[in-house]
Amino acid sequence: MLLPRLRTCLPAALAGAGLLLSGCARPAVGSDRDDPTAPVTLNFWHGWSTPDEVKAIDDSIARFERLHPHIRVRATGNVTDDTMNQALRAGGGDAPDVVSSFTTNNVGQYCSSGMWADLDPFLKKTGVVKEKVFPKPLLAYTQYRGKQCALPLLADTYGLYYNKDAFEKAGISRPPHTMSELKKDAVELTRRTTDGTYRQLGFMPNFRLYQNSPDRLFAQWGPTYFDRNGKAQLAKDPATKDFFTTQRELIDAQGGYGPTERFRTTFGDEMSSQNAFLTGKLAMHMDGEWRGLLLRKAPAPFAWGTAPMPVPDDRADTYGRGCLTGTVAGIAHSSRHQNAAWELVKFLTVDTDQVVAFANALHNVPSTNAALTSPKLDADPTFRTFLGIAAHPHSTALPPSINGAQYVTALQDFGYDVEAGKVRDLDAGLRGLDAQIDADTLQSEN
Amino acid sequence: MAATTTGAPALRRKRTRERLRILGFLSPWLIGFSVFFGYPLIATVYFSFLHYNQIERPEFVGLRNWTYVLTQMPLFGPALWNTLWLVVVMVALRVVFGLGIGLLVTRITSGAGFFRTAFYLPYLAPPVAATVAFVFLLNPATGPVNGILGAVGIPAPSWFNDPHWAKPSLVLLSLWGIGDLMVIFMAALLDVPKEQYEAAELDGAGAWGKFRYVTWPSITPIVLFAVVTGVVQTMQYYTQALVAGKLASGVSIGPGTVIQPGYPDHSTLTVPQLVYSLGFQNFNTGAACALSLVLFALAMAVTVLLMRKRAGLLPAED
Repeated sequence: MLLPRLRTCLPAALAGAGLLLSGCARPAVGSDRDDPTAPVTLNFWHGWSTPDEVKAIDDSIARFERLHPHIRVRATGNVTDDTMNQALRAGGGDAPDVVSSFTTNNVGQYCSSGMWADLDPFLKKTGVVKEKVFPKPLLAYTQYRGKQCALPLLADTYGLYYNKDAFEKAGISRPPHTMSELKKDAVELTRRTTDGTYRQLGFMPNFRLYQNSPDRLFAQWGPTYFDRNGKAQLAKDPATKDFFTTQRELIDAQGGYGPTERFRTTFGDEMSSQNAFLTGKLAMHMDGEWRGLLLRKAPAPFAWGTAPMPVPDDRADTYGRGCLTGTVAGIAHSSRHQNAAWELVKFLTVDTDQVVAFANALHNVPSTNAALTSPKLDADPTFRTFLGIAAHPHSTALPPSINGAQYVTALQDFGYDVEAGKVRDLDAGLRGLDAQIDADTLQSEN
Repeated sequence: MAATTTGAPALRRKRTRERLRILGFLSPWLIGFSVFFGYPLIATVYFSFLHYNQIERPEFVGLRNWTYVLTQMPLFGPALWNTLWLVVVMVALRVVFGLGIGLLVTRITSGAGFFRTAFYLPYLAPPVAATVAFVFLLNPATGPVNGILGAVGIPAPSWFNDPHWAKPSLVLLSLWGIGDLMVIFMAALLDVPKEQYEAAELDGAGAWGKFRYVTWPSITPIVLFAVVTGVVQTMQYYTQALVAGKLASGVSIGPGTVIQPGYPDHSTLTVPQLVYSLGFQNFNTGAACALSLVLFALAMAVTVLLMRKRAGLLPAED
C-alpha cells in the first residue's frame, strides 16, 4: 500500500516544491516605454550621508526639478551597495528608479546581471556622444563587456598628502616623485620617542591603513589584472612582484611590519579628528581628494600640501598618475519610468554646470571633459593636484569584473599575507592568487 | 457476518477521526515546522545545485557549488576553524562560568537580589552596543583596560587588533553577558532537593563530594541543554565578530567601503559571515546554500554526539 502511495505522492510533492522554489526566482521587469514628459515621482537611492553631502545632492535635485517640473524626485541617502543590490534583487514597488553607487567595484556585476539597465539606447536617443563627454578611463569603469550600464557621477583620485612642517624640519624640499625617494623621505621623517616607540612615521604603506588597499597603491605601477580572455594575469605581470617587493621594502625601512602594525592600532578612526595624518602620526599619507576638505575644516594644526603618489623608479616618466575611482549612477532594471529616470541620470552626469557645482560642493573631481576644464571649478591648488591626476594619461581604474570586487578582496587578502611575511615564495603565491581569481570568476559566470 | 462488515467501516471512520483530531492538534507546529524549517531546508538543498545570482534564471550546475566551497574557497578553512574554535572554547567556558556564577549567587544570603540583577543585566545589553563598548574598553592605545595593565606592569595585548587575541576577546565579551545561563543554572540548582545534600553530609561528603554526587547528576539535563543551545548559537555566531572586526580595523564604514569580515587576518571570520558574504554580497546563492548545509550538518552531528548517552550528559533513565 505504501509504495504505490509513495509513487504518486513523491513526484507530486517534488513537482510542487519545484514550482514553489522556481517561483522565488523571478526578477521584476521594468519598462522604458514611459512618457518622460508625464508627471511622475522617481525614487533615487544614493550613498551621501553627511549634512554637507545631503545638502549638495538635495540642491542638485532642486535644480533638476526646476528644469523638469513634472518630475518629482524622492531621494534616499546613505544607501550601501549591499542594500541596493539586495533591494533590486527583491524588487517591489518601492525599489529605486535611479541608483548610484559610491564604488566602481560592482559595475561588472550590475552590467552582467542586467540589474542596472543598459544606458546606450538612452544615450543614443538623446544624442549624447559618451566618448566626447566623459574621459576614457571613467567611461571604461562604467561599462562591462561593451554594456554601458552606468555613467560617472564625479570621480575620486588618490594622491599624496604631506606635512609641510615635518618636511621643513627634516630638510626635505619637495614631495617624493619615485618609490626610492619615498622610501628615503619616509625614513628621514620617522620620529621615535625616548622608549623607541614611534611618534611619527614617515609613510605607512600597510594595507590595512584607512584607504591603503593594495589596488590603490598598485595603480602607480599601471597593472593589467586580466588578459584578453578575462583570465587573471597578475603572476605574469612583472609589475606585481615589483609592487609587493617595494611595499615590503618601505615597511622594513621604517622598522618592520610588527612595529608599524602596532603603531597603526593606536590610530583613531579614519574620518574622525583622530585621523593619524591629522594628529601628526603620519608625515605622508595616501588619500582621496576629499581629505583636503576635511583637513581644512578640522583644521590641521600644520601646513600641508598635496602631490601625485610617487611612481616606480623605472617608470619615472609616468609621475602624475594615480588611482581613479568614483561614484556611478544608473537606472534600475525594475524601474517602470526609465525614460524619466534617464532625464535625472543625464542631468546629474552630463550637464556641465551641474557637475561643476556638485564637484565644488563635495570637493570631488568632476567626471566630464567639459567640467574638468571649467573655469568655475574650485581653484584651490591642493585640489587642483587631483584634477591633474584625473586627467593624466597613465592614471588607471580597476577593471570591472562579473563578481564585482571579489578579485580586489582576493588581492587584499594576498597583500595582507605578503606584508606580514607569510608568503615565502612570491611567484608561487601570485600563481595561486591568479588561480583563485579565475575560480571565483568561473563560479560567478552562468 | 453483517455485524463485521458494518463494524469495520465504523472502526475506520473512528480511526480517521482520531488521526484528524491528532493532526488538528499538531497542525500549528506542523505548519510552522514546514514553513519555517522544512521548506527553507529543501530550498537550500535545491539551490545548492544551481547557479543563481538572485536576478537571472537559475541554472543547474551539478556539484560545482560544492566543489567550489569545499576545495576552491580559501576562506572556508579559516572560517570553519574559527567557528569550531569558538564552539569548543566559548561554549565550554560559558557553561563553566555560568554554572560557577549560578552556584555563587545561590549561596549568597545577603544582597542576593542585587547580585542576581548585576550578573543578569549585561545579558540585556544589545549585542552591537556591548561589542562597541568592549572594542572601546580594549582599544590598545586609548582603552582603559590596557591603561590599567600598563600601570601595573603587565604587558598589554592588542585584543581585537591581534589575530591571536581577537577570538579570546570575543570569549571575554560572551562571558560578560552570561546572565542567560546563570538564570537557567540558578533555577536548576535551587531545584536540587535539600534532603539529598543532608544525606550526603551524613555520609561524610565534603563540598566537592556533594557537587559530584548530588548537584551534578541533578543538573546534567540542564547542562546538556546549555551545551546544545550554546553549540547551535555559536555555530551561528555573526554580529559580535563582525562589529568587533569592523570597529577595530579603524576603517571608516561608508556606503562605498568594501569591508571584509574577519579582521584581523580572518581571525574573527565565522562560517555565517561567509554565508552572508557569498549569498548577499557576491550573490553566489548556490555556494552560500552549500556552505549553509555544511554548517547544518556540523551542528546536527555535534548535537547527535552530545545527545548520546555515552556523552554523559543524559540521565541514565533517559
